[in-house]
Amino acid sequence: MGFRRYGNGIAKGMALTFKHLFRKPITTQYPEERLNVSRRTRGTQIIWNRDTCIACSACARACPIGCIDMSTSRGEDKKLKVDNITIDFGLCIFCGLCVEACPVGNAIFLSYNWEYAEYQRSKLVLSNDELLYSNTKQVSGYYHPDVEKTLPEQTLLVNRTNRGKPWD
Amino acid sequence: MQTSVTSFNPTFAFNTLPPDWPGNFWLHWLVFTIILIAFIIVSVIMFIWFERRLIGRFQIRLGPNRVGPFGLFQAIADVIKILTKEDIVPQKADKVVFWLAPLVALVPVLMVFAVVPLQSGAMLVDLNIGILYVVALSSIVSIGIFMAGWGSNNKYSIIGAMRDVAQLISYEIPLVLSIVGVVLLTGSLSLTEIVGAQNIPFILLQPIGFFVFFIGSLAEINRCPFDLVEAESEIIAGYNIEFSGSKFATFFLAEYSEAVLLSALTATLFLGGWSGPLLPPILWLLIKMFAVFAIIIWIRSTLPRFRIDQMMAFAWKFLLPLALINLLLTSLQIVFWPEASSWIIVLLSFAILVALILVWSKSFKPGGNKVGI
Amino acid sequence: MTLKTEPFVINLGPVHPSTHGVFRLRATLDGEVVMDIEPIIGYLHRGIEKIAEGRNYKQDIPLTDRLDYVASMSNNLPYVMAVEKLAEIAVPERAEYIRIIMAEMQRIASHLLAVGSLANDLGTFFTPFQYMFREREKIVDLFEMVCGQRLLYNYMRFGGVSHDIPDEFIPALCKLVSTMPGFIDEYDQLLAENEILLARLKGVGILPKELAINSSVSGPMLRASGVEWDIRKVDSYSVYDRFNFDIPTEVIGDCYDRYRVRIQEMRQSVRILEQAIEQLPPGEVLAKVSPRLKPPVGEAYAHIEAPKGELGFYLVSDNSEKPYRLHIRAPSLINLTALREMVIGWKLADAIVIFGSIDICLGEVDR
Repeated sequence: MGFRRYGNGIAKGMALTFKHLFRKPITTQYPEERLNVSRRTRGTQIIWNRDTCIACSACARACPIGCIDMSTSRGEDKKLKVDNITIDFGLCIFCGLCVEACPVGNAIFLSYNWEYAEYQRSKLVLSNDELLYSNTKQVSGYYHPDVEKTLPEQTLLVNRTNRGKPWD
Repeated sequence: MQTSVTSFNPTFAFNTLPPDWPGNFWLHWLVFTIILIAFIIVSVIMFIWFERRLIGRFQIRLGPNRVGPFGLFQAIADVIKILTKEDIVPQKADKVVFWLAPLVALVPVLMVFAVVPLQSGAMLVDLNIGILYVVALSSIVSIGIFMAGWGSNNKYSIIGAMRDVAQLISYEIPLVLSIVGVVLLTGSLSLTEIVGAQNIPFILLQPIGFFVFFIGSLAEINRCPFDLVEAESEIIAGYNIEFSGSKFATFFLAEYSEAVLLSALTATLFLGGWSGPLLPPILWLLIKMFAVFAIIIWIRSTLPRFRIDQMMAFAWKFLLPLALINLLLTSLQIVFWPEASSWIIVLLSFAILVALILVWSKSFKPGGNKVGI
Repeated sequence: MTLKTEPFVINLGPVHPSTHGVFRLRATLDGEVVMDIEPIIGYLHRGIEKIAEGRNYKQDIPLTDRLDYVASMSNNLPYVMAVEKLAEIAVPERAEYIRIIMAEMQRIASHLLAVGSLANDLGTFFTPFQYMFREREKIVDLFEMVCGQRLLYNYMRFGGVSHDIPDEFIPALCKLVSTMPGFIDEYDQLLAENEILLARLKGVGILPKELAINSSVSGPMLRASGVEWDIRKVDSYSVYDRFNFDIPTEVIGDCYDRYRVRIQEMRQSVRILEQAIEQLPPGEVLAKVSPRLKPPVGEAYAHIEAPKGELGFYLVSDNSEKPYRLHIRAPSLINLTALREMVIGWKLADAIVIFGSIDICLGEVDR
């Protein structure tokens, strides 16, 4: 070991770090500068569609941690309807199994939004109308290829760094 | 002692003062001390900002850029944050030592600045034993660090403190020996005269000395690759693990003032100090200080850390012989060949530096091996 | 004069910057020299094996993500392979290829993290770590494109993978694969010949071949000790037999060899990726499997070469929706057993580096 190569290795390393001085930073200035996330983002909300839901509770059964609480009853027309659906986003792990389990395919979605914070844990528990689609909640393309096509393309770091050429 | 009394003459110490400066020596002392401490604190803040921005650029990121223009006030925001933190003293700590440690670490560094020439004659005192004073006082810092390590009654901090003492004792010797080369060339211990003597910067005449001094000063200010004292991956923060609030801030200030000091000293001893064309002298000194510090940051952003035994071996087996050879060669040249043209000496000393590094690298083996238990 | 000295005990962890999680090392030091070391684990124990018995087979897939959370794709794979073995599910060919692409990308990502944090343990101020995270970020971007999340992927399913890859995936992957060798060269330039790094790593923490085999370590650690053992070759699973790749091995088994093996494995993974992109067939990606899967009574063991070593899932079925027993052979835990022999006699700083060179993930050690 030792310095048998006369500090050659150290010099090479120093040259590399010096080279990086002239490369563009790879970080983004987050609140001002936002990258597009994946079209299949499993965002931090679950969006429920009351009109298409057939109240089969498949999502509640598929949930690995049981954060979806759904109670159903038969209405006058003998059809199942949802009395109450409550999702605890403090528990939810956003695995997406509920979306995959949905037999009608368009009753439950994950959101494209991923910025979701509350001051109290109790406010993370949403139910019924709070789970519906709204202006602040965008549907993600996870397991919904038709939605996926409408979303903007993801920003990829691999397209931003290119070895050999100056970074764009 | 006789010499130091004469040098306390205020008119001698501060030539730029107007002749009708009111008050006596003590007023001058007070004003200049405040200016000096303000200068240190401002340059520490600038150094912290500079380090964080530059390391950011080395790591292909931006570094702090939120507080103020270009993040310039980041260090000020940090200071406010640190000072408002709770000041915790461990129950089992040696309270007096724990309280004193940050001050013992900071004060000597501030005192050393009294002799650093910011521009021609601009200093608190122009000691004719300036460099001796610098060397003597800057080693006291490690007593503060050892007090911190001992006083906090923590195993990590005592390891860090022990490492610091071992490191300082080892690196002090090559550091001082490399300074002696400069002193031999100048023929004076006064920093003003050292700057004045540099028609060509001493980095060209004393490349071996510069090499040893620079590496030694890295170890002296506990900078990478010799940052074993506060190796965050091994002993977390070393000696200052138990410190918080203003005490921690004092340590931080002491550490960075030492960095400022060593950059200023490197600039003064080897790079021609405040002398330079066109620009005002103080600006030249600052430029040189920042250049030295940029190299320190560059090293920090690239190199891993030495192990303790490798670090000691590096000091005793690599730097010390180099420093001694440098001393020998310099004195031989002064005694036997004083009329030699400077440029021949420049060429010769660089050739000797390269040859020495080649030879020493081959034979140098750092550190020990596994210990049988 | 003899100094009266005595050894003292120091706790490295559970909260320590170099323990890569909540891990505790109780080290007995004589000055700087480590005299004895006792790893204490269990701070991240979540009882995953027991939780898995209370959930059905599909719901256990997100659980496996949380084992080695820096290599989730590699954890999904052996679990779904075990269930497929148990329930005799055939996997479409395209799905096999996608799985291998994911597993190899995950191997690169995991090794980048391992080498980067090893460099951090050595005391480089985050620079190699930052450079390696750049490449890991690119891979994680691609995972996000495929499955929507960046850390816990939950991507593989019984009989394939949950989604087909999107159209823009292959061009992006091609770009990654073509630039990756250049970036690995840069890491070599930065680290491989650095004298301080050599002095810190060469000859430190040697794990002899016999000890490596006897303590049942696997993965890069075993190969660094000179044993040519790679499950992708010796017990080939999925479609690995269709690819051309080498098993990088080293001789001595010190920290430097373990670092070199990881770097070379990244190059081999790039090779596999290149071939996989070429051979990727069209077709289905998911076989029809009942959502309420009830495998016949029996047991199955599936193992893969995960980035950290041999990762195996042992499943027992009692013909119900839930597994009767799930046992995980976690490579990190078993690699950790060799730590004591490697560390004793070295300095404290070396202990940290040796520990870092094992590359454990606490999620997997404690489960």
